Amino acid sequence: MSAPITETAPKAGSPAQIIISTTPAAEPRKPLSKREIVADHPTWCPGCGDFAVLALYYKLIEKRQLWHERVTTVSGIGCSSRFPYFVQAHGAHFIHGRALPFASGVSLSRPDLHVFAFIGDGDAFSIGGNHFTHAARKNVNLTCVVMDNEVYGLTKKQTSPTSPVGFKSKTDIWGAVDQPINPMKQAIMAGATFVARTISTNPNHVLQMMEAALDHEGFSFIECLSECVEFYPGAFDGANPRKGGQFREVPPEHDRTDEAAAYKLASEPFPGYFGILYQVKRPTKNALEARINTNFRSKVQGLADWQILQQTFDRMK
Amino acid sequence: MSDATAINPPSSGANNGAEVSEAVIRIAGNSQDGIQAIGGFLARLAGRSEQEVMTFMTIPSTISGGPSIFQVRVGSGEVLSPGDEADVLLAFYQHSYEGHIGFLKKGGIVLYDSDHVDPKPEWEKEYRHVGVPISGLTVEAIGGTGKDKGKNLFALGLIAKMFNLEVPKLQQLISEKFGAKDASVLDNAMTAFSAGYSHSLGHLLETFRFVEGQKRSASQVVMNGNEALAYGLIAAGVRFGAGYPITPWSDIMELLRRELPKYGGTFVQCEDEIASIAMALGASYAGSLAVTGSSGPGISLKTEALGWGVMAEVPLVVVDVQRGGPSTGLPTNVEQSDLNIACYGGHGDSPRVVIAPANVEDCFYTAIEAVNLARKFSVPVIILTDQAIATRIEAFEEPKLQGLCQSLAPDLTPVATHKPYDLSIPNGVTQHRPPGTRILDGRYPVITGLEHDEFGHPTGSPQLHLAMSAKRRRKLQALADEIPVPKVYGPSEGRVLLVGWGSTQGPIHEAVDQCRCAGESVSALHLKHLFPLPNGLEEIFDGFTHIRVVEMNDEGVYGFGQLAGILRARYCNPKIVSVNKADGLTFKVREIIHRVCETVQDGMNKF
Repeated sequence: MSAPITETAPKAGSPAQIIISTTPAAEPRKPLSKREIVADHPTWCPGCGDFAVLALYYKLIEKRQLWHERVTTVSGIGCSSRFPYFVQAHGAHFIHGRALPFASGVSLSRPDLHVFAFIGDGDAFSIGGNHFTHAARKNVNLTCVVMDNEVYGLTKKQTSPTSPVGFKSKTDIWGAVDQPINPMKQAIMAGATFVARTISTNPNHVLQMMEAALDHEGFSFIECLSECVEFYPGAFDGANPRKGGQFREVPPEHDRTDEAAAYKLASEPFPGYFGILYQVKRPTKNALEARINTNFRSKVQGLADWQILQQTFDRMK
Repeated sequence: MSDATAINPPSSGANNGAEVSEAVIRIAGNSQDGIQAIGGFLARLAGRSEQEVMTFMTIPSTISGGPSIFQVRVGSGEVLSPGDEADVLLAFYQHSYEGHIGFLKKGGIVLYDSDHVDPKPEWEKEYRHVGVPISGLTVEAIGGTGKDKGKNLFALGLIAKMFNLEVPKLQQLISEKFGAKDASVLDNAMTAFSAGYSHSLGHLLETFRFVEGQKRSASQVVMNGNEALAYGLIAAGVRFGAGYPITPWSDIMELLRRELPKYGGTFVQCEDEIASIAMALGASYAGSLAVTGSSGPGISLKTEALGWGVMAEVPLVVVDVQRGGPSTGLPTNVEQSDLNIACYGGHGDSPRVVIAPANVEDCFYTAIEAVNLARKFSVPVIILTDQAIATRIEAFEEPKLQGLCQSLAPDLTPVATHKPYDLSIPNGVTQHRPPGTRILDGRYPVITGLEHDEFGHPTGSPQLHLAMSAKRRRKLQALADEIPVPKVYGPSEGRVLLVGWGSTQGPIHEAVDQCRCAGESVSALHLKHLFPLPNGLEEIFDGFTHIRVVEMNDEGVYGFGQLAGILRARYCNPKIVSVNKADGLTFKVREIIHRVCETVQDGMNKF
């Protein structure tokens, strides 16, 4: 996912031989302006943290000169997941909780694309919890941004898997009783190779994390705290210096490759630490599958697909 | 085996080399005895000879052991079903002997392992008994280290002797199967086979010879339905798939996982059924038409995402290898009880395509058709196969691969402008432009499960919901216009029309043949396209007094099986009556005839 974007053929061993008949590579293309990346006006409530995440995604596309056609934005269901409609690029709005396997299907079949999944805490840790675990362990090459507001906003204030104990919602009028999920710990445990935490009130930091995730080869996960001003106002004030809170970055001496140390940082009570808690290099599923294919393809070199199948049928006579 | 050609041993005893046109051989033992291997050898031998072949097997759903059978019907003429009765029963154990002798034709031959089976005197009068100490002689031939190993090959030798099978061809097949292993394995196999072949069956037993079949112009391939379907997908150009293991679908995913890398493709084993269809939809959206599949409960789990495929108009192939349901049901038995979920499963109005293969050969071509329909109409297509076709082996004319194999590489040629849900197309058939495609006017599509406008952006407009629902419906109506009107098997007018779908085609056609031989006015109609239905069925129905829908599912609360219910709703024709069977076993030909007779009170009229 890290290579600068050029009009080159997909990486070797990609599942499909893709016909790319683009304009000549020499054609000069101006970098995209923000105006060209913006689509529908967001439907979020005024003051929603998600606006910042969207604005920084535009900035990422602009700054890193990702062409429209090279980016694919996938989402699940929830306020966050309206995301693709607001971005002028190829996008897919999938079903609740299943954005990650969908995005994995895009990534594994199309190594030439940058795949981003913008999902909510319900998508990632409740209905789609299983998929989060497996996309992470498979190390599928994509970036997953969870816009975590610790509440179900689109359905108007029910308890979310990340709502803290005591949070009063329509489904816990006396306050939530279930232990919330810690997204950082969940990701580290599942085998994600890039685990970062940020907050929408610190735009520079959000962009920094998005860029690092883009450059990471493998499953990169960003938890972005994003306040729901309607149903959980003030949830993240404690991490916002402008509201008297404390924004603590991961200490410079922290060893990102140390799983136990990362887990310890992730265990800190709110507001905890922001930044890249964990990052390791491990072959991606994309690369491992491509390697399998390269091995097999070398045995059938020079044969058309029908001839390979013919060989198989000849053994079934 | 029809009566005219039955192996009816003459009372005088030995009769060497009597000609038969076909035979049904049932091999009964335990699942670890390698009886599938004997059946497989016989089937492949028939495929390499001038014979037709069809097999039938049952496997226990336990992990290891348990009674199991493999049945082979080999014939010099057309073989349509695995056979109602066996001519020969090969029984390895007492339970095999007692459990299956009822399936043997009166006067048929039971070849039993006398080391394990005590024959019953009362049965010895009705069936010809031939006892061979198979276990003991196998140990004698290859040594005792292998325990029960090799007795299947010894038994194959006995059968080869009994039917005068071509020994060199069988030996060739055995060496192809075991040649890659340790040399001693092949040696033992050959020794066991030869020992069985040279064993004298005694003067009480006659031998037979198949009459020569018609010379074939093309060579045959031998495989089961799951293999044919999976290779059909590969031939059609499918290069991405995702699935989760479940019986009897797993064979297809194992095969695709193993084979696709040769073609530069990938099959992913996912964490669950939902992830599998989601991942397949992701790949399809990204331009590589993908496959997912399942059986039983797995299909239920996929329905929400399937609805997304319909709404978002993303092509996809979903294979449903039907088994007995509901819930975990009968995992290793057959039923045709997923027709309703295939046609209607999921919330909302979500028209999709459902097609069903009739036999093993048809699995190969149905897979290709499913891929092409999905792409052409940008819609999910469900292939409804079943456990019976999935596991049975047939020999069929080798497909002409050079002309059949397709390439479906995604086309990323830039376009000036693109509306993913263009409403101005009269028949509603639109295609997506996959990500990676540059759209020169700078307006990019969102593919979505929300009701949407022509660019894929959400809308709550009643007019747009009507227009988009009509678009999704109209394209299936356009598809129905392209389906050829199915041909009636037998005369197109008469007393009784048997209507069937899927794997019952063979036994239904054989039932028609038998009824017509007996002078009864019976024809059959096989439906391959189940949703949408082909046009022109009304006219066919008009030609018959009675319509009997023969299917392997329950008669339901209202007295109609699943296809019968759909046909009743579609044609409001009171002549349509159900003939159901839901015991988890395939239809026997005589069961069809008997059940149809029962429901046609005024007789099936001689013509």
